[in-house]
Amino acid sequence: MRTVLIVFAKEIIENLRDRRTLASALIMGPIFGPVLFAFVINLSIERSLEDIERTLELTVLGQAHAPNLVRYLGSRNIEVVDGPPDRAAAIEAVKTGKHDIVLIIPEAFGEQLADTVPAKVELVSDQANTDADREARRVRNALNAYNQELASLRLSARGINPMVLGPINIDEVDVSTASGRSAMLLGMMSYFFIFATLMGGMYLAIDATAGERERGSLEPLLSLPVTRDQLILGKIGATCVYMALSLTLSLTSFYVVLKFLPLQQLGMTPNFSPGVVLATFLLFAPFILLGAALMTLVASFTKSYREAQTWLSVVLIAPTLPILIVSILTLRPKLEFMFVPSLSQHLLLVDMVKNEPVNNLHVAISVLSTLFFGALLTWICARLYRREGLLG
Amino acid sequence: MIGVDGIYKSFGAVRAVRGVSFVAPDGKITGLLGPNGAGKSTTLRVLYTVLKPDRGSAVIDGIDVINDSLRARQRIGALPHGSGLYPHLTARENVAYFARLCGIDKSEVDDRVDEIIRLLEIESFAERRTKGFSQGQRTKVSLARALVHDPQNILLDEPSNGLDVMATRSLRHLILKLKDAGRCVLFSSHVMQEVAALCDDVCIIAKGQVAINDSIDGIRERTGCDGLEDAFVRAIHMVGDE
Repeated sequence: MRTVLIVFAKEIIENLRDRRTLASALIMGPIFGPVLFAFVINLSIERSLEDIERTLELTVLGQAHAPNLVRYLGSRNIEVVDGPPDRAAAIEAVKTGKHDIVLIIPEAFGEQLADTVPAKVELVSDQANTDADREARRVRNALNAYNQELASLRLSARGINPMVLGPINIDEVDVSTASGRSAMLLGMMSYFFIFATLMGGMYLAIDATAGERERGSLEPLLSLPVTRDQLILGKIGATCVYMALSLTLSLTSFYVVLKFLPLQQLGMTPNFSPGVVLATFLLFAPFILLGAALMTLVASFTKSYREAQTWLSVVLIAPTLPILIVSILTLRPKLEFMFVPSLSQHLLLVDMVKNEPVNNLHVAISVLSTLFFGALLTWICARLYRREGLLG
Repeated sequence: MIGVDGIYKSFGAVRAVRGVSFVAPDGKITGLLGPNGAGKSTTLRVLYTVLKPDRGSAVIDGIDVINDSLRARQRIGALPHGSGLYPHLTARENVAYFARLCGIDKSEVDDRVDEIIRLLEIESFAERRTKGFSQGQRTKVSLARALVHDPQNILLDEPSNGLDVMATRSLRHLILKLKDAGRCVLFSSHVMQEVAALCDDVCIIAKGQVAINDSIDGIRERTGCDGLEDAFVRAIHMVGDE
C-alpha cells in the first residue's frame, strides 16, 4: 500500500506540472462541453424565435394579378417583393440559390377565381435546402389559410354554413412538462460529462505504459523491488483523481451555464439544482474507475504515444454508442439497460433532469455493474502489466 | 555476486541468447563485450528481471531471479540501455522517487539523495527539471537513481553511450570506486578500449553465446593475439552459427 501511494503521489505531482495533462483535464473537458452546449442551445433559441417574429421576404412573380392575396400575406408577416421577370428566370434563380423560394402568380389567377375554377399558383423551392423548406412551409401554410378563408366566404355566399367543411376539429393536448421537454437536449449533457471524465485522465493513462516506454523510464522502474501490481494500481489511482477533478469542473461549469441560458424560452425548465449536481457526480463516479482502467488497457497495447492517442480518441467515442442507439429508438429506462455502463448513467441523469422519480433499484444496479466492470478491467490491466511484451 | 547458468531466450524466430553462462564476483568489474545484437542487453534484462529466460537460471547473491524476482531486485541497481527520466520532475525528485520505491524511509531519503548527488557530482543541476538535460546529465541522474539504495550488485547496459570524454572519465572513476567498495559491477559495452581499461574479467558474447570468458591477459593468451582488438575478432569467430 505504501508503494502504491508513492507511485500515486508522484503521478499526481508530475502531471500537475504537465501543461498538456492540465489542459485536457481542466480546460478541454470541462469548458468545451458547456460552451458547445450553450452555443447549440442559443442557436435553437434564436431559430425558434426567428420563425415567429421575423418578417419573411417572399419573392413574388406577378403580384399585380392578385392584390388581395398580397395583402393577406402581408397580414401574416410575409412581405412581398418583386421577383424575376418570367417563370424560367424564377426557376433558375431558385436553382442557383439567388432566391430560396419564389411564388408565381399567373395572369389568369384573378379570372379563374372569379369563375370559381381552382386558381393556379406555383411555389418554386429547392426541397434539398432545409432553410428554404421552412420558409416554403410558412408560405404554404399562409396560402392554405387564404384558401380556407375564400372557401368559407363562397359557402356563406351560397347560404351554407362554412362549418360543413370542418367535420373534424383537432385539438392537440401536449402532456409533456417543461422539464420533460428539456430532457432531449439535456440528454447531451451525459455525453459531455463522460467526455470530460475521460479527457481528464487520458494523458495519465497513456503515460502508464506507452509514455513510460517511449521515455525509457519503464525498464528502470520495473527493475525496482516493487511489484507491477503496485505500480499499475498507483497509476490508475492517480488517473482516477484527475478524471474526478475534470468531472467536477464539468458539472460546475454546466451548472453555471444553465443558470445563464434562457431555457424557459424553449419551454424547458431543467432540474439541475446543486442537489442534482451532487447526485450526478455520485452517479458518474463509478464510471471513473471503468474509464481509467479502459484507457490504460487500450494504451498498453499501443507501441507509441501517438498511436495511443489515436486509439484513445476511439475510446472517447465508444461510450456514446449505447446512448445514441437508445436516443434514436427513444427507449424508456429498463432494468436491463442499467447493466450497461454509460447508458445507465445517461438514463438516470435524464430522469433526474426531467424531475421524475428515480428508481432506486436502477441506481443500485448501475453503480454496482459499473464498479464491477471497472474492477474487472483494472484486474486485466494488472495482468497485462506483468507480461514481457509490455517493454515493446 | 551474479551467476548466470545456461540461459536461453528467443523472441519469436530470433534466438537472442543461446546458453550464456558466467559468474561476476563481488569486488570485481566484469565486462560483457560483444558486437551489436550479440545478446548483451537480453542477458542483462534477464538479470534485472524484466525478461524471463526460456531455459536456464540466474542468481543474484544466491537469490533466484526467476522465482524470487522481488528479492533479487532488492539486491541490484540497474541502468537499462537508453534509460529515461521523468521530464517534469527535477533531478533530485527523480532520484528521490526511486529511493522511496526501493523502500528507503521518508526521513532518510533526503540525506541519502544528497549523498548520491555529491558522489555523482550533479549538485549544479540537481534542482532543475530534467527536461532538456544533455545525454551526460541524463546518464548521471539515471546512475544516481540506480545507486541511491546502495545496491550490492550493479548492472549497467552500455553506460558510456553518448557521453563525452569528461563524462566517460568520471563514469570510469565511479565504477572503480564501486569496485573498491566491494560491489559486484557488471557492465556491457561494445567499446573494447573501455572494457580493457576497466574490467577484471571479460565475457565476450557473440551470436547469443559466450565466445570466451576470462581475464584480459587470459583472453590474450587463449586467442594468441597481443592486441585486444584482434583477440576480440578472433574470439567472435570461435562461435559457431548454430
